Amino acid sequence: MSTLAVHDHGVESHDHDHEHHHDTFISKYIFSMDHKMIAKQFLITGITMAVIAMVLSILFRIQLAYPEKTFPLLETLLGHFAPGGRLAPEFYLSLVTIHGTIMVFFVLTAGLSGTFSNLLIPLQVGARDMASPFLNMLSYWFFFLASVIMLSSFMVQKGPASAGWTIYPPLSALPKAMPGSGEGMTLWLISMVLFVASSLMGGINYVSTVLNMRTKGMDLWKMPLTIWAFFLTAILGVLAFPVLVAGVVLLIFDRSFGTSFYLSEIVVQGQVMPYEGGSPILFQHLFWFLGHPEVYIVIMPALGISSEIISTNSRKPIFGYHAMVYSLIGISVLSFIVWGHHMFVTGMNPFLGGVFMITTLIIAVPSAVKTFNYLATLWRGNIRFTPAMLFAIGLVSFFISGGLTGLFLGNAALDINLHDTYFVVAHFHLVMGSAAIFGMLAGVYHWFPKMFGRLMDEKLGYLHFWLTFIGAYLVFFPMHFMGLDGVPRRYYAFTEFPSMARWLSVNVFITWAAILSALAQVAFLFNFIYSIFWGKKTTQNPWNSNTLEWTAPIEHIHGNWPGEIPTVYRWPYDYSKPGAAEDFIPQTVPHSQTMSSNLVHDFEDNEAGLAAFHEWVKANPPREEVK
Amino acid sequence: MMMAQLQQEDKLNLAPKKFNMWIFIFTSFMFFAALTSGFIVYSGGSGKGIKIILPSAFMYSTAVIILSSVTFLIASRAAKQLQFAKQRMFLWITAFLGILFFCIQVYAWKILIDMGVYFINPNASQSFIYVFTSMHLLHILAGLGLLFNALSGSYKNIPQVKNLFRMEFAGIFWHFVDIIWIYLYVFLLLNQY
Repeated sequence: MSTLAVHDHGVESHDHDHEHHHDTFISKYIFSMDHKMIAKQFLITGITMAVIAMVLSILFRIQLAYPEKTFPLLETLLGHFAPGGRLAPEFYLSLVTIHGTIMVFFVLTAGLSGTFSNLLIPLQVGARDMASPFLNMLSYWFFFLASVIMLSSFMVQKGPASAGWTIYPPLSALPKAMPGSGEGMTLWLISMVLFVASSLMGGINYVSTVLNMRTKGMDLWKMPLTIWAFFLTAILGVLAFPVLVAGVVLLIFDRSFGTSFYLSEIVVQGQVMPYEGGSPILFQHLFWFLGHPEVYIVIMPALGISSEIISTNSRKPIFGYHAMVYSLIGISVLSFIVWGHHMFVTGMNPFLGGVFMITTLIIAVPSAVKTFNYLATLWRGNIRFTPAMLFAIGLVSFFISGGLTGLFLGNAALDINLHDTYFVVAHFHLVMGSAAIFGMLAGVYHWFPKMFGRLMDEKLGYLHFWLTFIGAYLVFFPMHFMGLDGVPRRYYAFTEFPSMARWLSVNVFITWAAILSALAQVAFLFNFIYSIFWGKKTTQNPWNSNTLEWTAPIEHIHGNWPGEIPTVYRWPYDYSKPGAAEDFIPQTVPHSQTMSSNLVHDFEDNEAGLAAFHEWVKANPPREEVK
Repeated sequence: MMMAQLQQEDKLNLAPKKFNMWIFIFTSFMFFAALTSGFIVYSGGSGKGIKIILPSAFMYSTAVIILSSVTFLIASRAAKQLQFAKQRMFLWITAFLGILFFCIQVYAWKILIDMGVYFINPNASQSFIYVFTSMHLLHILAGLGLLFNALSGSYKNIPQVKNLFRMEFAGIFWHFVDIIWIYLYVFLLLNQY
């Protein structure tokens, strides 16, 4: 369409920017508009944020294990946040809040989607770059700015936000409610507004690229499951994040202008505040309308990544490709009508609670379909236990063990007991925390050669996997029992409550398991950084994979492929196809070149192809089968 | 040579960019849907409604913004027919009407304040009027930016394919902002008592 356009007004040459394509350091590494570089920027920023959030978690774990002890080192490191070497209670709450915020948003939303959507969408659908490379660049820099502002709240006298990552009012709406409600909360809100802007710019680009820029032959049902997952994740983000913005706008009005959207009659420090008639529940509705889709924004890319990795490394087609896609769609649609299950105990009408309970439990169906399909893909596969594969299998494990407890929590009656206990903490750390992190790590190990042209060390990868896998279970599994016993989350010290004091020994155990898992990440970080510079050079297709990104040269070039973009002829999961010469057939190989392995259903919409195939079969009768 | 060819592809890659705008519209729609849902939850839960008759200024502003959509249509038709002077004139008129809309909305706030309906208000239903209008005005500002972008392109004699692209890009958003205001106004009218 646009190629027909004639430049009829304006004679001057439009291509004056052809000559300055010599990349400077700034245009190549900093303000890059190349999706591969932006992916690396997201990944490295995401990993940095993850390390920071992990250190925060170790700090509060030390407090939970040794609530009475003092560690003079803490005072040296943290100053007035740990007077006398013991974390201040307010700072403990800040740590929990910022740990949650960073992990959910900065690592598992931006770090995960930002890295792999950017890297893989253009490479796997066969596009030169994103729909709008400029918007893509802005997306990263907004994210970077948001990260800096979020971390800068540690420099504020009264400490960072501490109302929990869900920032419920009134704690978040009254600057005087607690130390963390002051400047820390303001910085949190600024940071999140920038973050949402970043996320929307990214998401809009992902959706548009998948829908408009697929290469020839790449119809929707030939897309790898990674792309399906990133695509649906982006749609969720585009629809859900604006709702959070609406909620935050009203919150900012309450905080800074004195309106009463969320605040009703309240007394702070003996002072009657001027607010009247607001509804804190309204905030919860707006927050969880984002918040629940958000957990699928976190897990779906990880599910997509592991579909790809499990299929490749089982040397088998993914089991139930269509079912996998429909489950992702099902999860996406359902995710918008379940938010009430976070609010069962807000005095919600029990009938409404029942409705939310039913929709919530229905999500178990597509989730189970996915799980069984992973297992069926592994079943009797010719499995290659690469580190990426181990992490992908680890994801399946966490997704099952964490998902099962979701059935308990989704039940409106059981939730009365379990709400805000460690049972919830255990549930979501397994099903979305550990599972999504494992998906992300699997992706890093698998696509590291694509990103950096080198391979990561396998031995360190195995060490990393086993320590992290065992460590994560040791950390989160005992929490179920604490939760069943009624131990509430977010408490500073359990020694104050005789009924909970007996869990102290378990807390000590969990803390040491957490320290072990944290140390295991050193193996990863070393491996990651070392391999970027000195790792073994990779071949073009190190995993013998079918998808398009492995047909692009190792050396990154702007536009991804020299010459024409490859055409796609088949789905991405032709592994171990009977009759084929090798155990993988890349998407770019036409069926006419693989006659011996073709099946009738390969020619569904291709009568000429089918006729040719029948002719070939006649000419080459199948040989006696050798047993 | 390769590079030049690639950049050529990049340049004509306008359809996906236009699609970006459509997706942004969904985003923006969700934002206003969330605000109005918030209103319903609040007023339903608290039993407090807007409890006033809306100032008639809103009626005039509605007329102005509908008119601006019409003038924009004329401008974009002119652009397609290569009548660039006409395109510019009607773009100017559209932008002027947009600014007029902005002023009338602000004037309506003044009337509301004279009526004793403040933003900082124990009845947040009334505060919501200000939230809806001010958030919408932010969109108007963005829309004006796009209009001026199209205008400046037209003055700089950019290639026609880009000129049309900028017009469509601005048009999608401008009509959307118009429709969103009608939605908000009808929503407020239905809830004014």
